[in-house]
Amino acid sequence: MVRAEAVHKRFGPVEVLKGISLEVAAGEVMCVIGPSGSGKSTFLRCVNHLEKIDGGRLSVDGALVGYEERGGRLHELPEREVARRRSEIGMVFQHFHLFPHLTVLDNVCSGPVVVKRLARREVEEAARELLEKVGLAEKADAYPRQLSGGQQQRVAIARALAMEPKLMLFDEPTSALDPELVGDVLAVMRSLAEEGMTMLVVTHEIGFAREVGDQLVFMDGGVVVESGRPREVIASPSEERTRAFLEAVL
Amino acid sequence: MPVRHPWRWVASAVVLVLLAMLAHSFATNSNYGFGIIGGLLFTRPVLDGVLLTLGLTGAAMGIGIVLGVVLAVMRLSPNPLVSWVSWAYIWFFRGTPVLVQLFLWYQLSYLFPHLSLGIPFGPRFVTFNTNSVIAAVTAAILALGLNEGAYMAEIVRAGILSVDAGQSEAASSLGMRRLQVMRRVVLPQAMRVIVPPTGNETISMLKTTSLASTIAVIELFGAVQQIAARTYQVIPDLLVACAWYLAITTVMTIGQFYVERHFARGAQRSLPLTPFQKLRGNLAVWRIRVAGSSR
Repeated sequence: MVRAEAVHKRFGPVEVLKGISLEVAAGEVMCVIGPSGSGKSTFLRCVNHLEKIDGGRLSVDGALVGYEERGGRLHELPEREVARRRSEIGMVFQHFHLFPHLTVLDNVCSGPVVVKRLARREVEEAARELLEKVGLAEKADAYPRQLSGGQQQRVAIARALAMEPKLMLFDEPTSALDPELVGDVLAVMRSLAEEGMTMLVVTHEIGFAREVGDQLVFMDGGVVVESGRPREVIASPSEERTRAFLEAVL
Repeated sequence: MPVRHPWRWVASAVVLVLLAMLAHSFATNSNYGFGIIGGLLFTRPVLDGVLLTLGLTGAAMGIGIVLGVVLAVMRLSPNPLVSWVSWAYIWFFRGTPVLVQLFLWYQLSYLFPHLSLGIPFGPRFVTFNTNSVIAAVTAAILALGLNEGAYMAEIVRAGILSVDAGQSEAASSLGMRRLQVMRRVVLPQAMRVIVPPTGNETISMLKTTSLASTIAVIELFGAVQQIAARTYQVIPDLLVACAWYLAITTVMTIGQFYVERHFARGAQRSLPLTPFQKLRGNLAVWRIRVAGSSR
């Protein structure tokens, strides 16, 4: 579903990604861990073209991200096409970024109504079902600021799912939450994984990575230091840097 | 002993003396002409002037707001040419006095005696006499509206920049395109920042329309000047104009409160109370107190 080959990204003089290669198969959950500044969030943002890559190849479901290959050369995609491809990829942010001027229900409906141009009443039923699924059916008419962080993040997941994405990106979805609210969000993500959603999750929740993840990637300094099956990597890391990081967070 | 505030007494005394002087002047100086103001307020020429002033304000602000939104979005466009055009527009219209622009539009026929529709440098389909198309009122609306557009553009841009970049990213990640992100997500939130200075601009515009009297537009100020030229009662006429400007400004201020309240949805956990709701709340509290003390 996601294939990265030697992906490079720089911000001015700083090279943030120094050749990332990895592959996520359809239906798989890949968790990415690593210290802050390791480039894991930047990589995630490259996958739906919120950041442009400077080198290497990055493709989602067989299509290059943000580019098109014609006659052996890469051509940048027009905005319309970039937006269309983003609509097939859901993204959940650390700070939720719900639309504060819209009710919870309107937030969830916003994607299908604006992007797919569906009638509001067609979308509403599905939106209510999604809210039911994340356990917030009774909050449909509330505004985001009236909700707790954990509730907002679950609405954000429902909003992304309303577009029926084939891939979900999670950018530290529980890092901004009070500890007692983390569990509800992880439970929603776990059930999503069980339904077979392809997920790329940047996280600090090692427990979640171990139990739900199919692959674990440890990044540091813009490179993939180590990857493999989560239980094996966590139980017996082969690299010294991985061992040091895991000791610090566990 | 409660805290004493001697300076409050001093300040009160000063204000009282000033008010007394004003009242004395009102009572003894017959040149104010209070006796005739009441009669003048609702005469036909004055009412026509008020209507034209309101029309000019509405039309100019309408043009200004629409133009301001377009220019602000253009200014923030990734396309450098589009952004530059917006910059140049704001540079010109903010950099020259509105009175001069008023005269430029009014005197447009000296520059272009004829206006025509057609293909640039090619055939013309229809041609108008400039003076017949751009009458004084049209010139005033164009001048004030186009000038206002430059100021509104900066206000709208400030509003857009006040919205967290995460909002645009979240909207983009759903697959919205740039203009959809603007219209559905960024602008509605920017309104909270845009509305208060826009109210300010509207009130300012109400008074700036009086400049149109210099190009023979008989709005409120032009109307009272005409009356004064006939009757020589200059001060009462000017006071009539002041009364009307103040009255309209007051109504606009009240309107602004309700518009701001509308766009505060979602920004606070509960909406601010309207003055009527506050009054009702206070009355309820007072009634409970009265009921409690009489028991």
